[in-house]
Amino acid sequence: MSKTVKTLAVAASVAAAMTAATTASAQSQEKCFGVSLAGENDCAAGPGTTCKGTSTVDYQGNAWTLVAAGTCADIELPEMADGTARMGSLEELDRDLPAS
Amino acid sequence: MSRISDFRLPAGVGVGYKAQHFNELVSAPGCVSWLEIHAENYMGDGGRPLAQLRHLSERFPISVHGVGLSIGGEAPLDPDHLARLRHLCDWLQPASFSEHLAWSTHEGAFLNDLLPLPYTEATLTRVCDHIDALQATIGRAMMLENPSTYLAFAESEMEETDFLAEIARRTGCGLLLDVNNVYVASTNQQREPLDYIEHFPLAAVHEIHLGGHDEQADEHGDRLLIDSHDAEVVDPVWQLYRETIRRSGPRPTLIEWDANIPPYAELEAEASRAAAILEPVAA
Amino acid sequence: MSQSAFHTALLDPATPAPEGLIDPKGRPAGKRFDVYRNNVVVSLSEALAEAFPVCQAIVGEEFFTALAGQYVRQHPPRDPRIATWGTTLPAFLETFPPVAHLPYLPDVARLEQALRESYHAADSTPVDPSTITTESRFALAPAVRLVQSLYPIHAIWRFTRGDGPKPAPQAQSVLVTRPSYDPQLTVLHPQAPAFLAGLAAGETLEEATPDGFDITETLTALITGGALTEPQL
Repeated sequence: MSKTVKTLAVAASVAAAMTAATTASAQSQEKCFGVSLAGENDCAAGPGTTCKGTSTVDYQGNAWTLVAAGTCADIELPEMADGTARMGSLEELDRDLPAS
Repeated sequence: MSRISDFRLPAGVGVGYKAQHFNELVSAPGCVSWLEIHAENYMGDGGRPLAQLRHLSERFPISVHGVGLSIGGEAPLDPDHLARLRHLCDWLQPASFSEHLAWSTHEGAFLNDLLPLPYTEATLTRVCDHIDALQATIGRAMMLENPSTYLAFAESEMEETDFLAEIARRTGCGLLLDVNNVYVASTNQQREPLDYIEHFPLAAVHEIHLGGHDEQADEHGDRLLIDSHDAEVVDPVWQLYRETIRRSGPRPTLIEWDANIPPYAELEAEASRAAAILEPVAA
Repeated sequence: MSQSAFHTALLDPATPAPEGLIDPKGRPAGKRFDVYRNNVVVSLSEALAEAFPVCQAIVGEEFFTALAGQYVRQHPPRDPRIATWGTTLPAFLETFPPVAHLPYLPDVARLEQALRESYHAADSTPVDPSTITTESRFALAPAVRLVQSLYPIHAIWRFTRGDGPKPAPQAQSVLVTRPSYDPQLTVLHPQAPAFLAGLAAGETLEEATPDGFDITETLTALITGGALTEPQL
């Protein structure tokens, strides 16, 4: 592409983006009210049972079968761009389980 | 070190600030007259947390409460964290700064809990050195809070109340008396909570904490209270609070509610209960 | 007793409570020590779940708790700011055998980490859009992040939040901007990351534009996202 054509194309994009952006920004208003992201420090102790943190279930291979509870079994990505054939199915999980 | 100007909270009732209460706090805070924040949640570079804090600090006196400095840690205080605390105090100019008699960092790993200390001469020296370092860094006196504990150290040589009194004497720091912690720790240690209050150096107290706890039992069936901050303050703690301020006089009083956080109206109702006890004493 | 002994026993549930820790009757602390174990591992695991809610939903709550228990012990926070902890989670997931069948999970974690970083990033003043020309140079705002993946991470993110259709296999590059205080996600054209890299390196708008690439959409996202600021001189 020639220099002039590219310059014109970029200039046209600048004009178009500016129009689109002006419309969008009229709808948003900056303010500090709003939802906050969680994951904070506090100084409370865990109210649950005292055994939660002492559970050794996380050292046992069978804990990993719990994965079925999530949404990953519904996300099937059989063939990726890089050729890896993977999916979040239960069959796969059983095969991938570490020796326990 | 201790200057009265370092403790500027009003002798009214405050609440631990939670972002979900922002709207009510700026529109209809009710009887709440000051706010406490956890220092470590305001150490980002910008964004909503700092914007909200700036906004609130124009309306309320702010108490900065550190939950991660590890004042009781064996290692020297983390200079990076000291710098972050100084930066926060410098721009916010809070009404007070407080931290805990506890440790939470070991060999660079932060454990996110307030871990207990043996009350020995060695611990006393170390804690005082760390408080000196902190107070020199932030250029003001801090308050140190009594812990909730679940066990004891066989090697302890001093009562916790004497230990805290000696820290205040040596460093000039103020004390933050958490009345719920007194109840939790005394119950867990099978001691009388009121005895603790009677031995506590109340003249050094510039803030009181109230909060809810959880009741469990240990393997022998003995009561084991957990400082969970997830519920209303229980009646025996209200009673202990009444006895405390009858002895100490009015003190800025905080309702801490950190988990299972209720709607603002419910939190404000707890604050009103505290105000109803505090105001007649202040009058 | 040393804090070292306390610390070791805290993180290893197979170890008994250290000697010298007692209940009021002088008996070994037992369950009373477990309260501290609980506080450390559960509070950090819960903080991780709150920081990576989509990863948690993908693998399920119980699995995530087990995974977090491992991560907490292997990669505890290195300073007291919970908000900055978790940067190594994507790399941890890449080498964690129980999630090897979810190859997209580390990149979804990268996306969630990018959202957190954007949320806490420094405020900045965007350039006035009317001053932009083909010769303009910019610095990208501190809240801007780019996450490139071989997997449809944006589609997975939306699907898992119940906010989009089942993802189809495709590579996705996602731009994170923060126009005021709420980070926003935009799926980018495959050529857009090269364009962004050019802008970030200080090239003019025209220099940064790959030949034949229509920058209109990307530029609109950058302007509405407040992503373009004055270059640092």
